[in-house]
Amino acid sequence: MEKMTAPPPNMAASPLPPPDPCFVLRGAQSAVHALHFFGGAQGQVHPLLLSGSLSGLVHIWSLQTRRAVATLDGHGGQCVTWLQTLPQGRQLLSQGRDLKLCLWDLAEGRNTVVDSVPLESMGFCRSSILAGGQERWMLAMPGRGNDEVQILEMPSKTSVCTLKPEADAKPGMPMCLELWQADSSPRPLLLAGYEDGSVALWDVSERKVCSRVACHTEPVMGFDFDSQKARGVSGSAEKALAVWSLDEQQALQMCRTHELTNPGIADVKIRPDRKILATAGWDHRVRVFHWRTMKPLAVLSFHSATIHCVAFATDGLLAAGSGDQRISIWSLYPISTDSSTPLLGHTEGGELPEVPGPWSLHFLHKAGFLS
Amino acid sequence: MGSSCPEVSQPRPRTACRTGPRRPCRISGGIAAAGRPGARGETPGPSGGSVAVSPESPMDSRMDPAVSAVRLTVREAVHTLSSSEDGDRILSTLGSLKRYLGGAENPALPGEQEEFARMHFSALLRCLVGRLSPAWLELLPGGQLEAPWASFFLEGPADQAFLVLMESIEGMAGPSFRLMKMVQLLAQFLGAGRVAAVMESQCWQLAEPAFPLLQETLLAKLVGLPDHLGNRLQRENLAAFLPQNYFPLLGEELLRVLQAVVDSLRGGWDCSISFLSQVLGKACVHGRQKEILGVLVPQLMALTQGNCLWQRVCWRLVECVPDRAMEALLTGLVEAASGPEVLSRLLGNLVMKSKKARFVMTRKILFLQYRYSTPMLQSLLGYLAMDSQRRPLLVQALKELLETWGSSSAIRHAPLPQQRYVSKAVLICLANLREAELRDSRDELLASLMAGVKSRLDSSLPAVRRLGMIVAEVASARIHPEGPPLRFQYEDDELSRELLALVAAQPVADSPSEASPAVAPVAAEAPDRGSTEGGGIPAQAEGAGSDLDSDDDLVPYDMSGDQELKSSKAPAYLRDCVEALTSSEDWERWEAALQAVEGLIVRSPAATREVSVELAKVLLHLEEKTSVVGFEVLRQRALVAVVVTDPAPVAEYLTSQFYAINFSLRQRMDILDVLTLAAQELSRPGRLPKAAQVGSPSPASPSSSTEAPAWRVVVEERIRNKTRRFSQHFDRPLVTFDLLGEDQLVLGRLAHTLGAMMYLAVNTTVAVPMGKALLEFVWTLRFHGDAYVRQGLLSAVSAVLLSVPTARLLTDLPDELLEAGPWLADVAEQDSDEDCRVLAVKALLLLEKLKDTLLPLTPP
Repeated sequence: MEKMTAPPPNMAASPLPPPDPCFVLRGAQSAVHALHFFGGAQGQVHPLLLSGSLSGLVHIWSLQTRRAVATLDGHGGQCVTWLQTLPQGRQLLSQGRDLKLCLWDLAEGRNTVVDSVPLESMGFCRSSILAGGQERWMLAMPGRGNDEVQILEMPSKTSVCTLKPEADAKPGMPMCLELWQADSSPRPLLLAGYEDGSVALWDVSERKVCSRVACHTEPVMGFDFDSQKARGVSGSAEKALAVWSLDEQQALQMCRTHELTNPGIADVKIRPDRKILATAGWDHRVRVFHWRTMKPLAVLSFHSATIHCVAFATDGLLAAGSGDQRISIWSLYPISTDSSTPLLGHTEGGELPEVPGPWSLHFLHKAGFLS
Repeated sequence: MGSSCPEVSQPRPRTACRTGPRRPCRISGGIAAAGRPGARGETPGPSGGSVAVSPESPMDSRMDPAVSAVRLTVREAVHTLSSSEDGDRILSTLGSLKRYLGGAENPALPGEQEEFARMHFSALLRCLVGRLSPAWLELLPGGQLEAPWASFFLEGPADQAFLVLMESIEGMAGPSFRLMKMVQLLAQFLGAGRVAAVMESQCWQLAEPAFPLLQETLLAKLVGLPDHLGNRLQRENLAAFLPQNYFPLLGEELLRVLQAVVDSLRGGWDCSISFLSQVLGKACVHGRQKEILGVLVPQLMALTQGNCLWQRVCWRLVECVPDRAMEALLTGLVEAASGPEVLSRLLGNLVMKSKKARFVMTRKILFLQYRYSTPMLQSLLGYLAMDSQRRPLLVQALKELLETWGSSSAIRHAPLPQQRYVSKAVLICLANLREAELRDSRDELLASLMAGVKSRLDSSLPAVRRLGMIVAEVASARIHPEGPPLRFQYEDDELSRELLALVAAQPVADSPSEASPAVAPVAAEAPDRGSTEGGGIPAQAEGAGSDLDSDDDLVPYDMSGDQELKSSKAPAYLRDCVEALTSSEDWERWEAALQAVEGLIVRSPAATREVSVELAKVLLHLEEKTSVVGFEVLRQRALVAVVVTDPAPVAEYLTSQFYAINFSLRQRMDILDVLTLAAQELSRPGRLPKAAQVGSPSPASPSSSTEAPAWRVVVEERIRNKTRRFSQHFDRPLVTFDLLGEDQLVLGRLAHTLGAMMYLAVNTTVAVPMGKALLEFVWTLRFHGDAYVRQGLLSAVSAVLLSVPTARLLTDLPDELLEAGPWLADVAEQDSDEDCRVLAVKALLLLEKLKDTLLPLTPP
């Protein structure tokens, strides 16, 4: 009530025009299908951005010079659909449509494939890893059977198990995967979105579905899960986003759906600080929502073709890769550095729209992008 | 003093005035009682130079001892003064005469004083003027003579002294010592406040029409003083006599006399102020309203505040102004008064009493002139509204204003500023009238309003249409509040805001008007109250922020651009596009096709050429089936692109369609616009290289300009046909559509378009025949009644002058130009439309320039 009587002046004014991208990376030379921020958090001042393209190349972009610093060619001209770095060492996992998962060694300027895992599924499903700080880590990838998910222990490539839905479930192919571990128990869990629009939670050790909820009528194209709040959001080919949650009994529940203007969401990502989320739309637009309330915050239109993927850096930068061969980088709603003082974010958020230009420079300085 | 009219009741001697404003009351009664009423006023005594009345004649019949004694003394004194060279004797003679002016230690009897003033004073003054010379003044050392000499002018009866002064100054030839002395004396006379005495002397002349000749002379001299002295003194004029100094002084003196009048009225004495009115009126007629009223009005404003006596004097002052000066005075007053209540206080119910004043206030200022500012209009109409007796006049004025506003002849012939003026007056009237009053004459008002709206919306001038819309909206809401509100779509601009602000201040609520003849100050407060109420609604700013999530720290951006994506439905080929536009029932596809068509045309000129005419036809007939944003623009750009890509056939098609029957006004206007825009594109070499390259195998860059004439010839041919047709069937409506009648808007646009094309055809070979045909076209239509058409014609003339090479103009079009000259001059001088006049002047300048450039070419 107090806030209503004295709103900050810029809130009473008409909404600000949607922002423009901070900058745009060109030169991928084919549609961008995968994006991943790398570094930036530990030790390295300037994070790198990795992008995988339709022509099978992986580009490594410097966000400081805004140029590609290296190009990795390991998928024989087939589309790269997923990129992930490992927490230890400087290793990169890339998944290609040539039915191969490649493990790259990027340390000390090297860029060689040190290992590869054969894939047995022709689907579009992206894999997922669960890696603590240890030597061994877990990889979930689509399995041989149409509806199977295979769990491997890496780097030994030992097959741990195959997760196969019960015979009468018929969820179709897995479309997206996420391995995670609840804080309370060490048991690895797997969230999988399926072709029939449902999301299922697997207990990997017991190889059984804990819970399953039908979120969409179309295949789930992408989801992201916030393990702290035990809430996830998923997008599909249809015209809505679905928000679901996980209760203490490990049961998935639908919370709400959010209608969109145009159908088709290719990817959903929640920002590491769990404040906002971004969706990659088939309508060429990136949509930004408030994660807690699902209030729409911005519609970013820049691209002229379907957007295939979005990614957040730990410092809050947002990248979107599109079929128009460009990667746009956006800076919205800066992450407050100290979470105990949410007001900081508030004031900066208030100032941002008024002076977007100087602010983003300021932000880049703060984040160490400019020197 | 119960009577409201400060007219005669007691006679009053005119000598009274000589020593100041307060004296008369004391003296007058005694003298009047002395039983010489017959003597009063018959004698002008002071006959000024031009007033040729013999001072002696009326008195001869009854001589009495006092009279003859005075006469003897004065005769002797004058003799001495005119002949003696003995300074001391002159001084003592002057001293003895001084007795008759009173004020000395042993003044003469009152009867003698009066006799002296009436009969002998001006003769004496003339004698004194005659004697004035440097030598005479030096008869006694130290200028002892000058002071007594001057004192006769400054202390004697002011009117005579003034007349003698003026007469002698005018009568003297060339600059001389005597002239300068007299001028200085006059300046002293003014400085001593004697002008008030002059005017006051006329106020006591009650019974008789008091020598109209004398009053008139005084009046002429008083008001004409700056002119007379300016003429006489030329460069040596004194600052005091300059109009900007003199008239404020006159105003102050007038005020002093008025003060004296008020005082005497209060004391129970009557007096006449008609002379003051005449002075005021004449000063205004001389165009000095600003100077004199600038002093008078603020003072009167303060003095009349809550003072009935002053108000009555003021009303009387204005009432007595002669009719011929009424207009000058009233306009000056309306200008100087700061609002309706002040005006009401100063004028009273003048409009009800004086026909002339009513004419000026309700007709002349409203209908015949339009130079006055909006505040003036507001005070004038507010004045009419302030009293119940005057309100019928306001209603009448509104009726007449609305009638004028709506008269189609006025719309056509009155200049735009006047139309704006009348519109403002209408709105102010509306703001001042109550609903009940409006209801009484609603039918009549609505009839003229509706007629006016119709003829205004028919006009081809945007400004006229706009005025129609604004006034119609406001007026209909006021006249017919319970009816459905009238809403037009017009953009806000300065004019509309100004006009709307005039009605924003609502009149007082529908309460019965204040008690009858309106003591002004009471009524004065009403409009103030109204205006503050109207303006003071606080904006509801609080509610705006409530829909924002207040416990949220993330402010959303504008998301209005988030619309459904239709690009997937857009056709990729031109033929698909044509098909989608003609037959598609899928509106999304139709919209997508419309949005894509221009791009497709530009991208594939070859494909466009295959279907160009068909495409043009489709686009021309396209109707806005869904509310696409920018439908008009999209269609127009597509059409322009088609014309530019394939000029010859498409332009021919469009020009032929222009005269076809089954088109709407909008479509015809579109055709003209498209042709103009396309001509503009084509005339810019280097633009649209693709179109040029494919267009002809000839060299690329000039091809656009060689191609352009091809279709211009076509257009031109049509124009020429039309021109002939116009001249042949000038008095018959055209078969196709009524271009010369109702469709004047199209005709005007046609003229503009032809002018634009002519201008764009510069440097082409076709320019000369085109110019010739265009001038013929202009010539046949030059007296068209619609200003928009005339504007088009005039700009076409300028275009011809600019585009056709000078040499060719002279060899090929000499007769046309010769004819055009006088016509242009005539328009430049007399046209009612300002834009027309400006355009004509520009064309004339071009014509002049043409002559100038030719002169060196043809040396004698």
